[in-house]
Amino acid sequence: MMLLNVDNLNVHFHTRAGVMKAVDGVSFSVDHGEILAIVGESGSGKSVTCYSLLNLIPQPPGKIESGIALFEGRDLLSMQPDTLRRIRGNEIGIIFQDPMTSLNPYLTVGEQLIEPLLYHRNLNRQQALKRAVTMLDEVGIADPETRIHNYPHEFSGGMRQRVMIAMAMIAEPKLLICDEPTTALDVTIQAQILSLIKALQKRRIIAVIFISHDLAVVASLADRVAVMKEGRIVETGPVDDIFQKPRSGYTRTLLASIPSGSKPHPSQPSDQPLLLIDRLTTCFADNSGGWLSRQKADKKAVNEVSLTIQRGEILGLVGESGSGKSTLGRSILQLVPVTSGTVIFDGTDLVGLRQKRMTPLRRRMQMIFQDPYASLNPRMTVFDCLAEPLLYHGLATRKTVTAQVLALMDDVGLARAAIRKYPHEFSGGQRQRIAIGRAIATKPELIIADEPVSALDVTIQAQILVLILALVEKHNLTMLFISHDLSVVRYIADRIAVMHHGELVEIAETETLFANPGHDYSRKLLSAIPALSTNPTLSTRPPTKLV
Amino acid sequence: MVNPISAASAPEKGTSLWRDGWVRLRKNHLALFGLAVMVFFCVIALLTPWIAPYGYEQQNLQLGASPPSAAHWLGTDIFGRDMLTRIMYGSRVSLLVGFVATGVALVIGVLWGTVAGYAGGRVDAVMMRLVDILYALPFMIFIVLLMVVFGRNILLLFLAIGAVEWLTMARIVRGQVQNLRHQEFIEAAFSMGLSRWIIIRRHLIPNTLGPVIVYTTLTIPNVMLLEAFLSFLGLGIQPPQSSWGLLISHGVESMEEYPWLLIFPGLALSITLFALNFLGDGLRDALDPKASKD
Amino acid sequence: MLRFILSRLLQAIPVLLVVITATFLLVRCAPGGPFSAEKAVPPEVVRALEAQYRLDQPIWQQYLSYLGDLAHGEFGPSFRYPGRTVNELIAGGLPITAELAFYAMLVAILIGVCAGVIAALRPNTPQDYLPMSAAMLGICMPSFLMGPLLVLVFGIWLEWLPVSGWGELAGDKILPAITLGTGYAAYIARLSRGGMLEVMTQDYIRTARAKGLPERVVVLKHALRGGLIPVVAFLGPAFAGLLSGSFVVETIFQIPGLGRFYVQAAFNRDYTMILGTTVFFATLIVLFNLLSDIVAVWINPKLRHQLSRSR
Repeated sequence: MMLLNVDNLNVHFHTRAGVMKAVDGVSFSVDHGEILAIVGESGSGKSVTCYSLLNLIPQPPGKIESGIALFEGRDLLSMQPDTLRRIRGNEIGIIFQDPMTSLNPYLTVGEQLIEPLLYHRNLNRQQALKRAVTMLDEVGIADPETRIHNYPHEFSGGMRQRVMIAMAMIAEPKLLICDEPTTALDVTIQAQILSLIKALQKRRIIAVIFISHDLAVVASLADRVAVMKEGRIVETGPVDDIFQKPRSGYTRTLLASIPSGSKPHPSQPSDQPLLLIDRLTTCFADNSGGWLSRQKADKKAVNEVSLTIQRGEILGLVGESGSGKSTLGRSILQLVPVTSGTVIFDGTDLVGLRQKRMTPLRRRMQMIFQDPYASLNPRMTVFDCLAEPLLYHGLATRKTVTAQVLALMDDVGLARAAIRKYPHEFSGGQRQRIAIGRAIATKPELIIADEPVSALDVTIQAQILVLILALVEKHNLTMLFISHDLSVVRYIADRIAVMHHGELVEIAETETLFANPGHDYSRKLLSAIPALSTNPTLSTRPPTKLV
Repeated sequence: MVNPISAASAPEKGTSLWRDGWVRLRKNHLALFGLAVMVFFCVIALLTPWIAPYGYEQQNLQLGASPPSAAHWLGTDIFGRDMLTRIMYGSRVSLLVGFVATGVALVIGVLWGTVAGYAGGRVDAVMMRLVDILYALPFMIFIVLLMVVFGRNILLLFLAIGAVEWLTMARIVRGQVQNLRHQEFIEAAFSMGLSRWIIIRRHLIPNTLGPVIVYTTLTIPNVMLLEAFLSFLGLGIQPPQSSWGLLISHGVESMEEYPWLLIFPGLALSITLFALNFLGDGLRDALDPKASKD
Repeated sequence: MLRFILSRLLQAIPVLLVVITATFLLVRCAPGGPFSAEKAVPPEVVRALEAQYRLDQPIWQQYLSYLGDLAHGEFGPSFRYPGRTVNELIAGGLPITAELAFYAMLVAILIGVCAGVIAALRPNTPQDYLPMSAAMLGICMPSFLMGPLLVLVFGIWLEWLPVSGWGELAGDKILPAITLGTGYAAYIARLSRGGMLEVMTQDYIRTARAKGLPERVVVLKHALRGGLIPVVAFLGPAFAGLLSGSFVVETIFQIPGLGRFYVQAAFNRDYTMILGTTVFFATLIVLFNLLSDIVAVWINPKLRHQLSRSR
């Protein structure tokens, strides 16, 4: 008998806008000791499916309309709330996506760790605490006897996720549900957490449902994979089958969307440098001490970075969170005050330049931001948004502006009919197209793209990457492409610069770096990339359609 | 050159956030009711000199205090003056204080908050520290003191109440501006090279307006309450002028024998406060982007 | 933590100085001297009085000597009650006002928090609407209206409770405490509902449920602490409000507390009394704001941690 058997699960969300079928007739099963991965893009219903099993979706607006979920022969969906409660955290453990918000900030981790034991195992506090210390040790937290009395904010993101894992496992469940457990983490930490989950699963022989949007992560971990789209499971099968011979078109699209391999058409950078950066340093004042402590401990976000960007090239800038890569981008555009160093753009040093002389230069360099939801003014239509830079820099007149905006919309693949719409009426990918349109409106020479695709689903990401490459070629742009995702950078960049703790540790041609990383940190970063199945025939390029 | 808006792609009309908010507000019956009540009260207050059934000082000493009747819907006070008339005249002062003092608070608070939030850094620290210090002052007591020292002057009352209420407004606006300043779309506008003034006018102000409107609506009842409180203590509006607070205060003196003298002005004040609070809550639900998530 | 308290205490000093100076100047600028109001007094008597109250000195000297007196805890003699000092008057009224404020605070917190939490557990159901409508009623019925109405209903019509006094008849403390407390109960109810609603959508509440904790534990242990932070932050301002509210309530119920003294002093132009009480109230309010700040930091381990790290 299977450990868990879900049959024809239907979950609907009743909102003001109407009924949304979040889960639409989903059936799957999980065997003892196997890892089932559920893969899908945002909104595919993969999380809702698992939360529904444990009655963890907010009701209302959510409602489980029908279905059966047999866990060791008992139906989770029809049992009494109190009976289900005794299964949660006891026989089924769950790990959530964001370790920063999933732990209670007001209680020590020890207090939170022992709760499953207190309420399911009837241990007393002493026994439970002893057990918790062992468990923390098992998930790789050093000095557990002391750490158990700490609060969550005293742990780093990766450490908190280890605490979450310990908490889910402490009552020795038979099934562990992991909801995107590594999405919020840096790639090197992700690798550690994944191997921890795998090791624990092996040692204790438990079943795991692993929810993820990232096929590459799943490939190295799962026994079987279920692919979800719009509330339905479109394909289920052993992991090798899914990757080697995908049956559904959607699975094939997903696989094809993963950026893999090198740049399709390497650009021909000229020998003239467009941007010369010399020993650029940017500090942030650390004001956490309050006004009584007079210490001014300046934190060097960017530390003496020197690099050159040639006209016509795409330079990839990679690093983990806190490495200073975004600050470097903003320092180049003088969006944050630079502490020292020079940034020479086409012969002019931008550092300390007066506003009057800076304004005409700003037309020539633009930025694309990460979050397409925050980077557009919610009260301006597409037209307002795209017309503003054109009119301000005198590149259009009242008469020609509509035509120019429409041409821009064509350029970035937006339907012309949407010209009077507001940002909140678009999807994330479309919003990013608007933002890209705004950036290229003034015909700039340099574009700094700060993680422009990391907030997007993988299929959308592939489309936006293709769009960026096409625009770079069409308008002869030079680009600094900032990303944490090495496969994305490999796909788009001619050269790659690696940042770590505010310093530039290595800069090299893309393929040289991948073949032969020069710095220890680069090697560590490269080895942490989850490897997709190594079948070379599958590493195709993203679909080359624009829209 | 492309042909502007070809026939095949007639532009679709977008829904702005304001429109969205209005649609949400229209579904909130309590808020609409509040709005209707306020409009009704304001119209009555404006037209009082022409539509009041009796003269403001018109006494009828033979009649004395009489309960509600056909001739005097809300009864009369001990001098035989019509209560409905007096409440209508009282509403003029109460509403005027409410709107004007809120206006004072609005102007000071928005200016202060915008400057502090936009300037940031040291300027912000100094300006907000000052607000913190003023917050710690016992302002109620100061207003009482002001009224004692300088006499019961209605102009002073506007200023004094406005001077208390701007603090919260400044904090709200500053928080909003500061929050917006770190939003990427403001950064994008800056990186486009737009001038400060354009950024403030086109990007900052339209996005701070929602919370300001909401808080303004919620400040009016607070101010009216303060005025009534002072008038009740005998420190606010002085006879022969009248306000609801003063009427309530007179009503308390004789409530044992003539309870309607307390109940009707009290009802007028409470209904107004209800209406404004419901309207404010409704506006918050409609305009606050955080609330619009569901 | 100690450092934080110390720094906050240091910040309170300029605030108090501002209060003292402003009050002093305001009172001294008041048109009409304290003795000019009523019957004609012989000039030599006025001079003697002025000398007694130091009014013949230049204003900065008066100010400095007043500050000196304050440093010793002396508020000076009363203008209106010859032979009695402001200290004695405050000492007489304070216990009564403090007791009243304490009961009112108890009413406000107990009723407010319970109503708010109960409402937040089932938002947009009758369990939410009922307490919240009551809270709205509390906000829209100011104390000077609520008090007389309560007196009218429970004191005069039903004759259940005494209508005035303090500690003289059984149950005469009930109506004043309720009158003063309900408005704040209503505010606290709304605040705690908002806070709880916010917290209940947090990820860590989902974690607590995922662990299979009983709902009672989820609410009381995991949600309540974060949900009540806005309430704690409100307690300082609420206390200030209670003090000024006591002006009205003590007047309505004829309670011989500080608030009634203050209002009477205001009418009598008893300037030393006004000055002394204002300074005293201000100090209390500043202290309570400080206290509520400290508690707010203390219940939040993250803030606590930041403070201890920034040594």
